Amino acid sequence: MNKNVNIKSLIINKPLKLDCGQTINNFPLAYETYGVLNKKKDNAILIFHALTGDQFVSGINPITKKNGWWSYAVGSGKAIDTDKYFVICANVIGGCMGSFGPSNTNSKTNKIYGTNFPVITINDMVNAQYNLLDFFKIEKLFAVMGGSMGGMQVLQFVSNFPNRVKVAIPIACTSSHSAQNIAFNELGRQSIMADTNWTDGDYSNQNKNPNKGLSIARMAAHITYLSKNGLQEKFGRKLQERDGLRFSFDADFQIESYLRHQGSVFVDRFDANSYLYITRAMDYFDLIKEYGGNLSKAFAKTNTKFLVISFTSDWLYPTSENKEIVIALNAIGADVGFVEIESDKGHDSFLLNIPEFLDTLKDYINNSYLRN
Amino acid sequence: MKQEFKIIANLIEKNTRILDVGCGDGTLMEYLKNDKKIDIRGIEISKNNVQKCIGKGLIVIEGDAEKDLGQFPDESFDFVILSQTLQAFLNPEKVMSELLRVGKKAIVTIPNFGYWKVRLHLLIKGTMPITRTLPDEWYNTQNLHMCTIKDFFNFCKDRKINLYKSIALQNLKSSKINNSNIGLKNFSSALGIFLLEK
Repeated sequence: MNKNVNIKSLIINKPLKLDCGQTINNFPLAYETYGVLNKKKDNAILIFHALTGDQFVSGINPITKKNGWWSYAVGSGKAIDTDKYFVICANVIGGCMGSFGPSNTNSKTNKIYGTNFPVITINDMVNAQYNLLDFFKIEKLFAVMGGSMGGMQVLQFVSNFPNRVKVAIPIACTSSHSAQNIAFNELGRQSIMADTNWTDGDYSNQNKNPNKGLSIARMAAHITYLSKNGLQEKFGRKLQERDGLRFSFDADFQIESYLRHQGSVFVDRFDANSYLYITRAMDYFDLIKEYGGNLSKAFAKTNTKFLVISFTSDWLYPTSENKEIVIALNAIGADVGFVEIESDKGHDSFLLNIPEFLDTLKDYINNSYLRN
Repeated sequence: MKQEFKIIANLIEKNTRILDVGCGDGTLMEYLKNDKKIDIRGIEISKNNVQKCIGKGLIVIEGDAEKDLGQFPDESFDFVILSQTLQAFLNPEKVMSELLRVGKKAIVTIPNFGYWKVRLHLLIKGTMPITRTLPDEWYNTQNLHMCTIKDFFNFCKDRKINLYKSIALQNLKSSKINNSNIGLKNFSSALGIFLLEK
């Protein structure tokens, strides 16, 4: 994950005061772009990634050699058409794909930060990425969008910079991380910390890796991204390459084998400490509290038009939480559309090839650009 | 374009804020948007229709008017439109009061159960009436609370709801409804269109 092949990076010289009180300076923000910024600079779309995403939205990810995480939605002729729009995506700070994160080396100590890295928030992530507008000299983005934690960044971005974006599309997200979601994140963090190789976060300096803990965190989280029906339909009680039960703790069932696989491939591309930091940022996200209990106030100063999208089988960021955003926007007469897409694929739906979702996204984006 | 929509458009003033409750696939919204310089929103229960509307660039939220009108502040719209939907709600009385809370004015249209063809159908055939405005069978119709033009007229009177304009529509012909001709209009018209204020 630290092989710096093909990673574009911006060094941010403007000091950034973090919510935790620390100020960071001269830090890297890794990003990728797709398509061409037009002369009027009115076709830029900033996409925010989710917990385990990165800047490689589309095409082949040069690190993992797999398709970019939103390849179904972003690309030539797709919902977010890179022939028309200039797409920017940055790795969040705290991440491990080239942006300033806990796997970076602290120049003062010459050691890898580990848990000496400052705790960051969604607000910090967004403020760091805001520098991209200056870098590309974009006065107003055409759109910001993202699912899950990406959606939280969308909400934070619009509330922080109400005049810098025309269209905002938060997908499958929330304005305030729920107790259930904090609980799942804590489960993940504790499984990492329970791995003796984690060594209080200092594993990189000791040439160790808490792969077991990180893979269990991923396995647990992965279940929350799916739905009961989706799992039942895909796996049921099907056995993994065997005729009968083995009466052991081997992976008898396909679902076990699938989860183990998800866990093992994840550790190759993700840093355990980044997982701790980013899940923490999600847990701390509470835009409602930031605006004194009234979410509408977060958007009181903006003319940005919103499209909120949720999925029927998403129980991690359920429709009811997405609807709270819609209600807050309607309360102040904002321009907001909302649709819940039918899908049995759970929270992961936003990453998948779901035609009703992708068609709605495409038509909305193109129509909004026409009416620009 | 449906004649009903043309009459609705005539009732609406330019440069106003409008909510179309049960906006369907957005046909009326598009028509009004192109015809008048208005800021129009929709609320619609069918996912398929919401996706169509959003695809057309209309501002629509998926929701159930019976539950979701509560999110709009008092008088946040100049006009609230409810086209041929009132009879499909579980509690039309509550929806009516919500419409008149959210909108300064409301435009409500109702398929008239007092129309002579409806009466005749029931009288002669003895089965639930099926007409152009009431196309479904009793067992699969969305309509739970059918009423006549006269019923609605009285409903508004009893609640001191101001009936600004009452229009009867039969084929392409529209005419005014008033206290003296209500019996006749209730007999001769398939659709009633009302402009109301609290």
